[in-house]
Amino acid sequence: MEETLKIIVLVKHVPDAQFDRHLNGEGYTTDRGESILSELDEYALEAALQLAEARGGSKAGNQVIALSMGPSGAVNAVKKSLQMGATEGVHLTDDALSGSDAAATSLALAAAIRHLGAGAPVDLVLTGMASTDGETSLVPAQLAERLGLPQITFASTLEVDGGRLTARRDADTYSETVEASLPAVVSVTDQINEPRYPNFKGIIAAKRKSITTLSLSDIGVDPGQVGHAGSWTTVTSAEERPPRTAGTIITDEGDAGIKLVDFLAAQKLL
Amino acid sequence: MANVLIFIDNPGAALKKSSLELLTLGRSLGETAVAVNGDLSDGVSAAFAEYGVSGIYRPSASDLDDYLVAAKAAYVAAAVQAAGATTVLLDNSPEGKEIAARVGIRLSAGVVTDVVAVDQDGTAHKSVLAGSYTTAAKTTTPVSVLTVKANNVTPEAAAGPSAPEIATVEVPADGTSTAARVTAREQKVASGRPDLTDARIVVAGGRGVDGDFGPVEQLADALGAAVGASRAATDAGWISHDAQVGQTGKTVSPQLYISAGISGAIQQKAGMQTAKVIVAVNKDAESPVFEIADFGIIGDLFDVLPQATEEIKKRKG
Repeated sequence: MEETLKIIVLVKHVPDAQFDRHLNGEGYTTDRGESILSELDEYALEAALQLAEARGGSKAGNQVIALSMGPSGAVNAVKKSLQMGATEGVHLTDDALSGSDAAATSLALAAAIRHLGAGAPVDLVLTGMASTDGETSLVPAQLAERLGLPQITFASTLEVDGGRLTARRDADTYSETVEASLPAVVSVTDQINEPRYPNFKGIIAAKRKSITTLSLSDIGVDPGQVGHAGSWTTVTSAEERPPRTAGTIITDEGDAGIKLVDFLAAQKLL
Repeated sequence: MANVLIFIDNPGAALKKSSLELLTLGRSLGETAVAVNGDLSDGVSAAFAEYGVSGIYRPSASDLDDYLVAAKAAYVAAAVQAAGATTVLLDNSPEGKEIAARVGIRLSAGVVTDVVAVDQDGTAHKSVLAGSYTTAAKTTTPVSVLTVKANNVTPEAAAGPSAPEIATVEVPADGTSTAARVTAREQKVASGRPDLTDARIVVAGGRGVDGDFGPVEQLADALGAAVGASRAATDAGWISHDAQVGQTGKTVSPQLYISAGISGAIQQKAGMQTAKVIVAVNKDAESPVFEIADFGIIGDLFDVLPQATEEIKKRKG
């Protein structure tokens, strides 16, 4: 039997990209009216569940903790994670967190992860490759830097053997194999697995799982270190782009390829 | 002392266009120095002089490529301090953003990614939410770290050449002690086509190519374009995942985007709707891509694309 793992998966609730998204919140923040679990975080959760199941799952003492930071709606991302199979949920929420940039977010999450590791140490922190709203990809790298932990980003495979992690990363011009020791922070791509859908059993089981709510004082963070006040960047203006409008649409009558080239020539794109 | 520091990773034999863009943008903000990782060729040194760089920093270690990001970030942060720079510019690649993220924590500096323009007062402009908003952002810290998207600045040499001084920066030990280590690296076979994220023209195929990217690739080659794909096409295994344009793939802003056999759902639109001109070819007149296309053709891509390819070859002689 392999050693058990205590894994924290960072999950974010984001506005559903299927619909129009707006920067209507205070300080040009995202309107999260209709929010869902960020699709890219499901891959991180699935990776965590597979690692835990390979070691006997929760019965053997493996823990998969879904951690989300955000206002009340963020608890939905935690609930969905519990339905997929996370063993427990943690919701870090505080009015002072509103408007946090990546630096302030990573500060709060680092403190929450230290808090959660106070009893038994955390072996692995898993994240998605980016959020589907802010898309800056800054938080995982900043978290690793703050925690002083090794980090593997954009893992398309992940293996844990003893205290060592091995992952594969694919860049445009090369593929590489990387190794790190545990504990570590790892972000995974959408190539790593096929996330499961919550089944009926999972949805029922999730109702019995506990969600712990943490405030800033619980994790020892001063309100001035986060939110708009603690952020190192500020958005000074936001303008909605006029939507693209349809141009000329033709139906092919045997010469559309030529007409296409005529269009490119007229636009000086040849 | 320079107030702008530009990080250039492994410049090779000649500077890439995106590096020249960073040097040009940096010069518009003040005196520039570069922090280079890897070999420094004579040609690259000459280009730095031509672009008015006042100082060139090199790392004390030659094995930074053996570690993931953390070691390079430690080096860049040390170079910023050596130069006394207040603005740090990096390319907007995934690695550039990660280095920026870590430099930000090391220097308590605000980081702005996906920047397309920078004003004299340091205000950085970018587009967010898949191109549906443009925002302006400023850092509130003494040092600003910006990752800049390619193709937004026209490279321009300085009025007169400079004589850059070369200095070595000690790489802090904590940059490598906990960093993940690269144990193997295989180069992929080069396609000979332009890089997808920087390309002036992109020709992309989706579900409608039904496993055959031939017509898409031939049109791309006639136009000197990069080849892209929708998620449906990469998930089906018809083309490498590297080619995916969209929310979970690459975001491109070329002069021309030709979409063939792609419905244009939000997942795809997120990656390409900031293209200057969009041309769409699709059999289904109801495809959402036609709502954003400047020129749309309702037709079979297997007829339209080869005909266009032949016509382009004919006109180009």
